[in-house]
Amino acid sequence: MITLTLKQPVEGVPLEAESICPDVMVTLDNAGVRALPVYFGKRQCRIDDFFTVAGEKSDEIEVHGDLKKVRWIGRGMTRGRISIDGNAGMHLGAYMKGGAIEVSGAASDWVGGEMSGGSIRVAGNAGGQIGAAYRGSPRGMTDGTIMIGGSAGLEIGMRMKRGLIIIGGPVRDFAGLEMKGGTIVLRSGAELRTGAWMQRGTIISLKPIPLLPSFLYSSSYAPTFVGVLSKQLASLGVALPFDAQAGAYQRFLGDTAVVGKGEILVWNAHAAASA
Amino acid sequence: MVRITGGRVYDPANGVEGVVKDICIDSAGRVVADVNGGDVRTIDATGMLVFPGGVDVHTHVAGGALNFARGLVPENQRVARKFVHTPELRAGIGGLTPTTFATGYLYAGMGWTTVNEAAVPILSAKHTHEEMHDIPIVDKSTLLLMANNELLLDLLEVGEFERAKSLVGWMLWASKTFGIKAVNPGGVAAWKWGKNANQLHQPIEGYSKVTAAQIVMDLARIVDELGLPHPMHIHQNNLGVPGNVGSTIETMNMLQGRRAHLAHLQFHAYGGQDWSTMRSGAKEVADAFMAHKNLTCDVGAILFGDAVTITADGPWQHFLHELTGRKWGNLDVENETGCGIVPYVYSDHKLVNAIQWAVGLELLLLIDDPWRVYLTTDHPNGGGFWRYPEIMRLLMDVEFRKSEVKKLPAEALNRISLPEIDRQYSISEMVIVTSAGPARALGLKQKGHLGAGADGDVTIYSAKPDSDGVMFTHPRYVLKGGKVVVEEGQIRALTEGRVFLVHPEFDPAIEDFIRPIFQKLYTLSFENYPTEMTRLKHPELVPCLLQ
Repeated sequence: MITLTLKQPVEGVPLEAESICPDVMVTLDNAGVRALPVYFGKRQCRIDDFFTVAGEKSDEIEVHGDLKKVRWIGRGMTRGRISIDGNAGMHLGAYMKGGAIEVSGAASDWVGGEMSGGSIRVAGNAGGQIGAAYRGSPRGMTDGTIMIGGSAGLEIGMRMKRGLIIIGGPVRDFAGLEMKGGTIVLRSGAELRTGAWMQRGTIISLKPIPLLPSFLYSSSYAPTFVGVLSKQLASLGVALPFDAQAGAYQRFLGDTAVVGKGEILVWNAHAAASA
Repeated sequence: MVRITGGRVYDPANGVEGVVKDICIDSAGRVVADVNGGDVRTIDATGMLVFPGGVDVHTHVAGGALNFARGLVPENQRVARKFVHTPELRAGIGGLTPTTFATGYLYAGMGWTTVNEAAVPILSAKHTHEEMHDIPIVDKSTLLLMANNELLLDLLEVGEFERAKSLVGWMLWASKTFGIKAVNPGGVAAWKWGKNANQLHQPIEGYSKVTAAQIVMDLARIVDELGLPHPMHIHQNNLGVPGNVGSTIETMNMLQGRRAHLAHLQFHAYGGQDWSTMRSGAKEVADAFMAHKNLTCDVGAILFGDAVTITADGPWQHFLHELTGRKWGNLDVENETGCGIVPYVYSDHKLVNAIQWAVGLELLLLIDDPWRVYLTTDHPNGGGFWRYPEIMRLLMDVEFRKSEVKKLPAEALNRISLPEIDRQYSISEMVIVTSAGPARALGLKQKGHLGAGADGDVTIYSAKPDSDGVMFTHPRYVLKGGKVVVEEGQIRALTEGRVFLVHPEFDPAIEDFIRPIFQKLYTLSFENYPTEMTRLKHPELVPCLLQ
């Protein structure tokens, strides 16, 4: 276990710390970890300029402190675990391929941007562009799981190709924008234009949401796969209703403004069951 | 002053092939017979190869279209090579659309010292010159897009050839450019009506008489009569279309002995009728080309991997966007031309791409006159210019080439002739297609050779390939104008390159003709249109052939 503790709050420009990554630290002794480079704005600094460092040679990293201005933690990681006791900054777990990240507080924008494996779990709120494609890229996350306990911002899952995003709290506009595949679960619904330009993939909302006119109602049913998904989510501690006795999913097909092979499933509890 | 000793010198323009001799460069940066005095740096090139600096006859490195492409593909820049700011060097990004400073570092780092920016609309000439000013080390020339200029087409429509000639001369001087480029003649003008010019002898959309063929013939004649050092540089109609061999050969015949440079010929040498029957047409094109001694060409070879297609050929780019589903940018440059951008990936398991890859190499190998065919990738359309050494290896090593051909999809092998070609380039031939030939085609007498009076642009390579088998990727030394600019893989000195331009003779009364049309049709005032001479940092006038 390597334990990093922030000495004082990061003020002014953000700290870019992609060296806080199991793949980077796993072979290094304590002095090596201390000497790793971080960028404070344009200035190259050492990790121990900002953190006290305990432990060495481990792919288990624990970070303490308010890291809301610390960016790129766990960038491209393939293994191990990062536990953040506090908040995390932008680009948390971007490009990650494996391993796990846990945040006890909130995270910012671009959580898991273009990730291709592994899991990220944020207990609090997060920003926008979760699991999204960076500007210009044809695809966002291609595998892996992102779970946000609280709310999330704009364009979550933008151009995602595969993988799973679960958001506990309410989500802002353009969830699943230009989505190409994968699954987004919105436990508290979303604001406007959910699934705009989605080509394929599934968005499940447990609350009614406003839909674009280019989504077409197709049926109300209990999809078999939701039962399977529900079992998987149960192992992650997330409940997803699927019992036909309790209600049904309304299925909307879209976005017919483009390919139109995506679906939005909106849970509709039976009056009797919900009473 | 510099003396390079002990190296094997390859200077095909002066008949020197692998002779060990000294190359001396005086304090003015010119090659001379000998240098004396105290301040002479001696470079020991024993066991190395000494070449004249490379010349790129067709590339896209500056201007509005390229800048548009930079903005359109941020995803390429994120993964591109970074150039970190140092006390000596400016920061920049490499990749397919490098930033200005990085462009200079990359070209010089590869041993190329002269580049020809092949597409400049007059309206963005100022922008182009500003960017070229920031491309260090290399010398630059530029070509003016004319074959879809509505003012010119209007004059050709009514048969006013002399006035058209003056118009072209005036526009060349107004834009401070070096030569004339024709892109999809008439096709980009037609694109403004949503059409293209696929047929050479049909009137262009929006006109009743003028045809693509007429534009080609008249422009070639104008270039000859103005006496421009570089012949008309033409991107023909029907680029990229299977079965375009016919119109390519017809264009060659049409020119009737007039000088012309055929750009990126690879994209114009496809047989078959459609994508499913497409095959290499390199043999037919090479045969026809060999018979027309008035022509030169560059191949515009493709390499597998990422590319960004940037061309004034707007209709083709829209087609490519529809074909690939990739993002598309389109520019309309008022009355002058257009532009389209589509990122593209050449895949070695796609039949069409495999054929394109083979066609580029076939042209280089089947055209048995290195003085008339030059190595380019039409950067960044066929791949980045910094990948030229990969093509050089394919040309020089037949065994390696055959092993690469074996990796192509089996279906492609029946449609190409590359597997049967055994020719290998000699070192001399390599120097011709990368330096001596293009310099001669551009009409730059001081480039591409190491005779007395030549510019002191010298590239010195190790005679042995790198560990990965590739030669010519990392020159040991690069000299530009007698200054050592690259040494031990590092940029050592930053020089500012020159900009070549021409000032052809034209009837100054043409301005009275242009002004009223201009005031009526353009979005900026006439006085702000021409590029001022003061905007060019190191201009060098190249005399026209008749002056």
